[in-house]
Amino acid sequence: MLRIRNLEAGYGKLKVLRKVTMHVSPGEIITIIGANGAGKTTLLKTISGLLRARDGEILFDKKEIKKHPPEKIVMLGCSLVPEGRQVFGPMTVRENLGLGAYVQYRRKRQEEVQQDLERVYGLFPILKERERQYAGTLSGGEQQMLAIARALMARPKLIMMDEPSMGLAPLIVKDIFAIIMKLRDEGNTILLVEQNAKAALGIADRGYVLETGRIIIEGPADDLLLNRDVQRAYLGRDLDGETKI
Amino acid sequence: MYWEPEYETMGREELEQLQLERLQSTLHRVYLNVPFYRKKFDELEIDPDDITSLKDLRKLPFTTKDDLRENYPYGLFAVPLREVVRIHASSGTTGMSTVVGYTKTDIKTWSNLVARVLTAGGITKDDVVQIAFGYGLFTGGFGLHYGAERVGASVIPISSGNTRRQVKIMQDFKTTALVCTPSYALLVADTINDMGININSLSLKYGLFGAEPWSEGMRQEIQQRLKIKATDNYGLSEVMGPGVAGECLERDGLHINEDHFLVEVVDPNTLEPAAPGETGELVITTLTKEAFPVIRFRTRDLTRLMPDPCSCGRKLIRMSRVMGRTDDMLIIRGVNVFPSQIEAVLCDIEGTEPHYQIIVERKGALDEVTVLVEVSETTFFDEMKKQSELVDLIRRRLSLELGISVDVKLVEQKTLERFEGKAKRVIDRRTL
Repeated sequence: MLRIRNLEAGYGKLKVLRKVTMHVSPGEIITIIGANGAGKTTLLKTISGLLRARDGEILFDKKEIKKHPPEKIVMLGCSLVPEGRQVFGPMTVRENLGLGAYVQYRRKRQEEVQQDLERVYGLFPILKERERQYAGTLSGGEQQMLAIARALMARPKLIMMDEPSMGLAPLIVKDIFAIIMKLRDEGNTILLVEQNAKAALGIADRGYVLETGRIIIEGPADDLLLNRDVQRAYLGRDLDGETKI
Repeated sequence: MYWEPEYETMGREELEQLQLERLQSTLHRVYLNVPFYRKKFDELEIDPDDITSLKDLRKLPFTTKDDLRENYPYGLFAVPLREVVRIHASSGTTGMSTVVGYTKTDIKTWSNLVARVLTAGGITKDDVVQIAFGYGLFTGGFGLHYGAERVGASVIPISSGNTRRQVKIMQDFKTTALVCTPSYALLVADTINDMGININSLSLKYGLFGAEPWSEGMRQEIQQRLKIKATDNYGLSEVMGPGVAGECLERDGLHINEDHFLVEVVDPNTLEPAAPGETGELVITTLTKEAFPVIRFRTRDLTRLMPDPCSCGRKLIRMSRVMGRTDDMLIIRGVNVFPSQIEAVLCDIEGTEPHYQIIVERKGALDEVTVLVEVSETTFFDEMKKQSELVDLIRRRLSLELGISVDVKLVEQKTLERFEGKAKRVIDRRTL
């Protein structure tokens, strides 16, 4: 579904990604883990077109998308749930979801929007309850759910999530991860970037460990949990102390 | 039957993507964690970041057995010893041993890859597998043991030696699969005969043989005498042990576990890539090993790659059976001779036993090769005329095959030494 080869990207003179090679196959949950500054967010931004790749290949459904603008990449079916939710505070929940459906209107499939709305309300009943509330008044967990729901409104083939657990209480994190698993069970493909390595590897099929812009290890999630390099990437963190889900 | 169909039948493009990902992360890890590789790369001004395709592998330096010896014992480990849960050493037929290590994940990977090989060779959880490889520092015993357990078979860890006891256990425990060296399989067949046991009373169905080069003729012989399907499997401790490659029941070449091992075949003299399908030295780069990754390790094993699809459905490329080692290759009067070629000829000829010894001597300036061949009792006590006809036949066939003339002597059955481990077929008395 997604195939990246020797991807390089950065900001100004700063090289953040150095020859990243990875792939995501349909139906998988793939997680990218790594310390702060390793390049995880940069990688997602580059895939979604928010940041221009300097070199390498990004093939989405066998099509090169490296030079596409973000809106075109979303049209092709690759959606990002950005770090820090980025919901539109002064707009209602319903309006936020409507914005997510933008590409469905562009695809002339507006008749499907109502159906999609029902579907995401099914996944997140709390959003239905708060349909007319301003997004800015929601709790952190609810905003995260809204951000995921908004991405789903575009009917993506690949959902990329940047730190969905960030700043959330452990119980809410558990809910969010349960939702990610549910999405996978429904046949979605997910690329998940997380600092909460243990939780992410707990639900992922495979994972990549990013360190200073390079992938230093990849493999089945179970193997990575045992791996010392994974623990080293989290120097100073007590893996056993993190939220269990 | 596949063990991991998602990998064993993976398309080429997907496989190459996976290989590149794994190659790059392996290179970053060895550069970071193994001073030997970092120094070597720096000297050649190679940055792991420069390896952007599988073809770039060629830019990397080779690793040899000497490099391993010079870093004895732990110099090439890529993780600290506290992460290492197992240490093995090479069987050391050629000088000082080399030491290799495994993390927990490495052991898991190893078991899985051997399970693939065993499954390809016909083994299921219903089998009773007798492992007559030595347990201990040698990787053969443990590797096959883990794989067989992983498959869910009932494992008899009998180890090597005491052949009569092996046969008794084979009979009593209803062994269905024998795992050992091919030469030992023949010894087992001899012993079954000696003990007066009817082969049909045994439950044997499969044999998985490895650790030494053997020939197609020897396979036929083993299959007929033990009434089994015999498959070849390949591995070496420097790379992992058994589980690198193994034959499926088509018995036409060994499928290489390419998602874990990147292979090349090179001309052993020029070290340039051999032409597709040409015989050369197998060079292996590990893609997933944690404790003991190797980059472009020269195996000294001679083989060729068989890129044609196999009818078993596996898409993993095959290698031909190992035709010998670059270092046991005999150069006789300028001609390269492999002991396995001689074996193939002997197995083809009626009346000979596949036990033989090659004696190389230098008389004056010329190399002389004498092949001692065991013949069955009836042949040995046959009239002189028949004997000399047989000697002539073998001599002619050998010179045709090898391109040099050799001397042939017939010896009585069981006069040549039997080996429980790797057979020593060549006695080279030349002092050059």
